[in-house]
Amino acid sequence: MLRSPILIRISHSIITLFAMSIAVFLGVYALGNPVDLLINPQANQIERAQMITQLGLDQSLWVQYQRFLSAALHGNWGISFDSNTSAWSLIVERLPATVELALCAMCIAIIIGLPLGLIAGLHPSRWYSRLIMNGSILGFSLPTFWVGLMLIMMFSVWLGWLPSSGRGATTNTLGIPLSITTIDGLMHLILPAINLALFKLSLLVRLTKSSTTLAMLEDYVRYARAKGLTEHTIIIKHVLPNIAPPIITIIGLELGGLIAFAIVTESVFSWPGMGKLLIESINMLDRPVIVAYLMMIVSLFIAINLIVDTVLIMINPRLRKQALSLQSSLA
Amino acid sequence: MFNDEQHYLLKLYRDRVARRSGLMLLLILALALAAPIYTPQNPYDLAQLNLLDAKLPPLHHSPDGAIYWLGTDDQGRDMLSALCYGLRTSLGVGLITTLLSLSLGLLAGLVAAYSGNYIDSMLMRLVDLQLAFPAILIALILLALVGQGIDKVIIALVIVQWAYYARTVRSAALTEMRKDYITAAICAGYSPMRIVLIHILPNIIPTLLVVASAQIAQAIALEATLSFLGLGLPITAPSLGLLIANGYTYMLSGTYWISLFPGVVLLITIFIINITGDRISALLNPRLQ
Repeated sequence: MLRSPILIRISHSIITLFAMSIAVFLGVYALGNPVDLLINPQANQIERAQMITQLGLDQSLWVQYQRFLSAALHGNWGISFDSNTSAWSLIVERLPATVELALCAMCIAIIIGLPLGLIAGLHPSRWYSRLIMNGSILGFSLPTFWVGLMLIMMFSVWLGWLPSSGRGATTNTLGIPLSITTIDGLMHLILPAINLALFKLSLLVRLTKSSTTLAMLEDYVRYARAKGLTEHTIIIKHVLPNIAPPIITIIGLELGGLIAFAIVTESVFSWPGMGKLLIESINMLDRPVIVAYLMMIVSLFIAINLIVDTVLIMINPRLRKQALSLQSSLA
Repeated sequence: MFNDEQHYLLKLYRDRVARRSGLMLLLILALALAAPIYTPQNPYDLAQLNLLDAKLPPLHHSPDGAIYWLGTDDQGRDMLSALCYGLRTSLGVGLITTLLSLSLGLLAGLVAAYSGNYIDSMLMRLVDLQLAFPAILIALILLALVGQGIDKVIIALVIVQWAYYARTVRSAALTEMRKDYITAAICAGYSPMRIVLIHILPNIIPTLLVVASAQIAQAIALEATLSFLGLGLPITAPSLGLLIANGYTYMLSGTYWISLFPGVVLLITIFIINITGDRISALLNPRLQ
């Protein structure tokens, strides 16, 4: 029925999104008390009764789910208790700041992590490789929020070089406010981006190192050597393309992780992104915003997974065949 | 490299790095457990705190002659004492979480591997779905829905972590089940219970050890992060994360020690656990040998 493996992936994504919408719905309507979750605690009895009819909380669970789904598809996630505006628009407003931070952190992690991992993988027993690998364990162990505090203490309080909070001046680039385009914004971006990058950097170093070590033992490397190719050519032309797929997968999937982990960094650096909004909303019990954040992040994750899968299928012919044979075996 | 007959615990003991980091881990555990014996003050007993001693820098003398080795916080609490008690809370949460999620994951993984039917595929779908999302996000949302407290933090961490164990146990158990001795045991007519408990379980313990050593560090770091964000433990019994969060407010005015020292202790603890885990996985992971 479905010809392209990419179409199969898309249909999987839609099923997952559907499953997650049921999970979120059940979490809000069945596990918790939706009256407490969705109606402002400060409302009086008459307002409560009105809201219950208006939200359809007196209807059956199935009818409620239909309403929830149709409202969700229309981008209607309720009104924030705190600011009296649409919860969805609050989230969307904060989205660019978070995505900008996550992308910058990912770039830092890739630019530093890949070469270090490659060096450690090519010469695993040298002292600098061991330094890199132990350093990566340290990078794993450093709790993100504490590193953030130490960065602020060092560069903002003691040295006074970089600002400790906020986003700085932003310019509208294609209608999206960005910090990276101004000097002031860039200065504000450096510390949080480094902070967020550190964990993924360590991960990338370890992943690149282990894939490189394994790739160097393969037969094709030996044949390339026998053919008289220089080490340089072997690495660029043969090793790198072979270790790329798992690394691209991890980079793609970890982008979602970065957006989630930005919750911590944004709280430390008062970066006005979605994560900070989530923490504020949790502290103020602003449930519609929490639900909207949840669905936004779920959609982002599913979209990222889909894109990673698609890219992998496009760059890896083996996967294309595998997906097709899997499909024919199912049919 | 290693003799196949050699027991894995002996293998760990023979390794210098694993032995040393393991010993240091025991030392940290002992320090945390013995905190009430050697700390100069009970940091949670408000009667012992003196507000006049608030925010004293490290090595400062209190009026009655005692030394605050690591300074005091905004309540006049001795940071050294608070730190040792905080370490106890953090390690306690980490250990209990690991024990509970390991048991739950072990059960789910063994059931999935041995049943192999729709129960298996349902459990594994659940695991896949959960592992697709970062641990911090799931824990945060759970705590936002159910509220705060030490029991709720542990529940949230267990829900986050069981999936890792379940997946590992299932795949390790499946590998074992393909081996001849299991077929022999089945032919000999042993009950499934006996095969799982006596034959499969002891053989997947090394794999379990590898996962547990990574997960326990994660549990401690996650709890610290949640507490820092104000969603973890209550202020009356602070863990290391909460102590750091507590100092955050005063850091911009140069009062660095309230956040610095708990962070260093947290870092050292997680680092040593990770080093030990790294060695354990290098020594016991069959794929790396």
